[in-house]
Amino acid sequence: MRYLPLTPSDRVEMLAKVGAGSIDDLFIDVPDVAQHEGPIAGLPLHASEMAVERHMTKLSRQNLSAAEVPFFLGAGAYRHHVPASVDHLIQRGEFLTAYTPYQPEIAQGTLQMLFEFQTQVARLFGCDVANASMYDGSTACWEAISMARRVTKKARAVLSNGLHPHYVSVAQTMARFTGDALVSDVPDLSAEADTDRVIAAIDDKTSCVVVQYPDILGRIPDLRPIADAAHAKGALLIAVVTEPVALGLIRSPGELGADIVVGEGQSLGVGLQFGGPYLGLFACKEKFVRQMPGRLCGETVDAEGKRGFVLTLSTREQHIRREKATSNICTNSGLCALAFNIHLTLLGGGGLAKLAKLNHARAIAAATRLAQVPGVRLINSNFFNEFTLELPKEARPVIRLLADREILGGVSLGRLYPGNDQLGQGLVVAVTETVSDEDIEAFAAALQEVLA
Amino acid sequence: MTRYFTDEHEWIDVDGAQATVGITDYAQGQLGDIVFVELPAIGATVTKGGEAAVVESVKAASDVYAPVSGTVTAANDALGDDPALVNSAPEADGWFFKLTLADAGELEGLMDAAAYQAFVAAL
Amino acid sequence: MTTINQSGWRPEMGERCSDNVSTFTGNRALMLEEPLLFEIGRIDATGVDLPDTDMDDNRLGGLMRASPVDLPGLSEPETVRHYTRLSRQNYAIDLGLFPLGSCTMKHNPRLNEKMARLPGFADLHPLQPVQTTQGALAVIHELAEWLKTLTGMAAVAMSPKAGAHGELCGLLAIRAAHDAAGSDRSVILVPESAHGTNPATAAFCGYKVENIPATAEGRVDLAALMTRLGPDVAGVMITNPNTCGLFERDMKKISDAVHNAGGYVYCDGANFNAIVGRVRPGDLGIDAMHINLHKTFSTPHGGGGPGSGPVVLSAALAPFAPLPFVEKQGDHFVLIEEETAEDHHAETFGRMVAFHGQMGMFTRALTYILSHGADGLRQVAEDAVLNANYVLRSLDDVLVAPFGASGPCMHEALFSDDGFAEGFSTIDLAKGLIDEGYHPMTVYFPLVVHGAMLMEPTETESKAALDQYIGAVRSLAERARVGDPALKAAPIFAPRRRLDETLAARKPVLNWQPPVDAMAAE
Repeated sequence: MRYLPLTPSDRVEMLAKVGAGSIDDLFIDVPDVAQHEGPIAGLPLHASEMAVERHMTKLSRQNLSAAEVPFFLGAGAYRHHVPASVDHLIQRGEFLTAYTPYQPEIAQGTLQMLFEFQTQVARLFGCDVANASMYDGSTACWEAISMARRVTKKARAVLSNGLHPHYVSVAQTMARFTGDALVSDVPDLSAEADTDRVIAAIDDKTSCVVVQYPDILGRIPDLRPIADAAHAKGALLIAVVTEPVALGLIRSPGELGADIVVGEGQSLGVGLQFGGPYLGLFACKEKFVRQMPGRLCGETVDAEGKRGFVLTLSTREQHIRREKATSNICTNSGLCALAFNIHLTLLGGGGLAKLAKLNHARAIAAATRLAQVPGVRLINSNFFNEFTLELPKEARPVIRLLADREILGGVSLGRLYPGNDQLGQGLVVAVTETVSDEDIEAFAAALQEVLA
Repeated sequence: MTRYFTDEHEWIDVDGAQATVGITDYAQGQLGDIVFVELPAIGATVTKGGEAAVVESVKAASDVYAPVSGTVTAANDALGDDPALVNSAPEADGWFFKLTLADAGELEGLMDAAAYQAFVAAL
Repeated sequence: MTTINQSGWRPEMGERCSDNVSTFTGNRALMLEEPLLFEIGRIDATGVDLPDTDMDDNRLGGLMRASPVDLPGLSEPETVRHYTRLSRQNYAIDLGLFPLGSCTMKHNPRLNEKMARLPGFADLHPLQPVQTTQGALAVIHELAEWLKTLTGMAAVAMSPKAGAHGELCGLLAIRAAHDAAGSDRSVILVPESAHGTNPATAAFCGYKVENIPATAEGRVDLAALMTRLGPDVAGVMITNPNTCGLFERDMKKISDAVHNAGGYVYCDGANFNAIVGRVRPGDLGIDAMHINLHKTFSTPHGGGGPGSGPVVLSAALAPFAPLPFVEKQGDHFVLIEEETAEDHHAETFGRMVAFHGQMGMFTRALTYILSHGADGLRQVAEDAVLNANYVLRSLDDVLVAPFGASGPCMHEALFSDDGFAEGFSTIDLAKGLIDEGYHPMTVYFPLVVHGAMLMEPTETESKAALDQYIGAVRSLAERARVGDPALKAAPIFAPRRRLDETLAARKPVLNWQPPVDAMAAE
């Protein structure tokens, strides 16, 4: 077997050293009921690199990948061009095959990168501090709600109806077991976000208000009045950013008054990957840092006084606090954080602004063109690179018919909100820098044809 | 003023109904470098034997228990800027919080300095 | 013969000089110091060519920002250098033996990376119509079948993002099963040697955690467990092979007793590498177990994630599995999500993540599994266990193996720092290993052993590599036993000496701030 260095003679020699007659002697503590002679039945045996590659490639060809066709999906995962050097660098073995930096003297590469990443995320979100990443946006969102409970000692969270429905589902799953009360609703197809409804729902028992920015329909809510209303009742404002590229062009949530900002970092460096692994972003005001979940990297000095970095404030975490930990999380999303860090370094603040402008301009062009298709209405009055269309018929079958024509035309609200008749005609369309004029034209033409 | 000790390594100075609480020199030595102290809120009520504060070193977090029941009247804010006070002066400037005793009878059964010294020596 | 260079010039050897010569740059030949991005980047520098776009017309609802985010950029060559230099300050499994117990640092085959990057997998949106993602769903399904067969379990939840997330999944399934039965059991029993994530997870799910003691030989105390079982116990969380490196030989008895008392058995599968392909946890009465794809199935650790923690479930817990999951209907794969679940998966405890789990890890893990096959995986477990026993028996005369008499170890060997000179501890031996060119073993875990050193060589190491490592540990153990003061200074050859963690925690500096004098100058 190509991955196993021991030779048969090594094994014989080593068994002798440990005083075992055969390998079975090392498994004597396994009860008889669980002992198997030979390989587990019903499974294939080993295969060559060539054979495995053939099998996997065949499966990969049974998918329609985004680059092959005009592509307009978003709703929490966005397709952006990732510079070639990002993937090259994250494949360096010293990054790829390192462990969590528990021995900082020989993990300064990962630690310095995390320190840079934390600084980038804090600045992007307009917050004082950021952690070293979490699983993904949806779990980061729940962790923020949970943190708001610890900070405010209250357990009623008001969720904007523009919060991604999967994020809402994740929070509902967890809240069922923790006893948090969640106030949530499904969106309606209106031009503006539900700011008034959210403000009206805040009361003295509210721990936090959770608002997605831009929201699931692509609308950009002004967070300031919500922040004021939340703070007046002793609640925290949690902003959720699923498309960080937007922050190259719109004001940061921290600047608008958010206390905690979480997000999905997949847009930068990570790619689509059919939903994972992704990158949870988490930032907050400095005064809440000891209630933060997840790993944190901090600056210090070594025995010779040289600057270095370590994981710090680890007493918040499960391996110390055990049942009293802020969270049971034990992994971050290190390699995805590296990809994000490199992509954002390649862009720089100026490049990020250019990229965001380009996205916005492409989205305006697409929204204008698609709204000209007979029967199609643009819902949004404002948006960044994603907007919602109301079609004259149910959107879900339309999407399937478009896929038959090799156009991946967005995410139907019927998929996101199954069983909701009022939203069934809604279609969320994302337009990034990867979309060409020809793609927009092909989408509009096909849509017109399918709707006719 | 009388100083008592608990078998959880807290000390308590009692002056009438007022008391000051901290951790002992032995406790700080066991914990190592203290990096953070989480103190109770003023006005909070604590129960004898219940969790009242948390003291953290780099690798450990330990609960500090209330030696007696009462209402918290002050917390040592100096520990926020300089948690190392717990290491350098655990039984003086490194105090944790002050409280008003709910039941002076609870002091019975706590150790005096000599008894605590013997208790530590036996550990 | 003397080696002559191409110019024919014989290099002067010069005076032998001391080690503490300083250089102008602070660099030492290939050991390059690298500043922070924020010290070398410029906001207008970029490594991506993008057009300028006119922003006269915007639809941003009045929220356009006034100036770019203050983020420094670098050109591509600067970027490549920055990260390449940083990478060289890391130890990695690609560089050498990485005996971090409980973490299974095995070789990460590069075929896995190549397959995960096929555009048909990597460039696929999670919400594409399922008619366009049949191959991706087939990968999830095929991997799920492997995991079920290898463990002898009825079902598998694929979406958990990491081991601890998998524990959460398993505990939520147990809680949901009790809730469905109208039972309000409130206690989870956890052995005192468990990973910290176990009690943290149980507490998160609303359970009271109670410890079960271990026997002197390092296994769960069956009698104590049986005594504690009762109508308030929802289940137990057991790591098997356990964190002392031993197989819980009473596992079946434990499961039977827990089941008879109306509870469920959660198994922490962190150490599955020791038994993969040889022992099916389902045969031992396990109800739920997470599998760390980044441990047993070789997906890279990436400096701390991403992980992936599918959870295999018994028939009793299968109905409560989280959404979404993949089902094969005829020759077609479907995704069971919120709407479809109502028909035939009504008892699900809900959704744990936004999408379908760690697809990029699934492709890698499946590639690894297909490469090994059932026979190769069995050999993996056997070699991992043989390597660990070889380490155990090659060191137990210089280090104390507290459970060395408890039978063979599984895939990790556990030692304590008993017998070290006064003032010397596990940390000193660990830091000494760094100077010898190794990543240290897991230290001070499990908590039940004083100064624990948990060594997991994995099947990746050759006998020659093990022999050299054993030699290095032996020499360090001798130094620790006699109290060699030079060992307290280790590491001295690493990019950094011992770092001041107290300073970092007392005055946390969590992001870069411009130097004060530069701010004053502005």
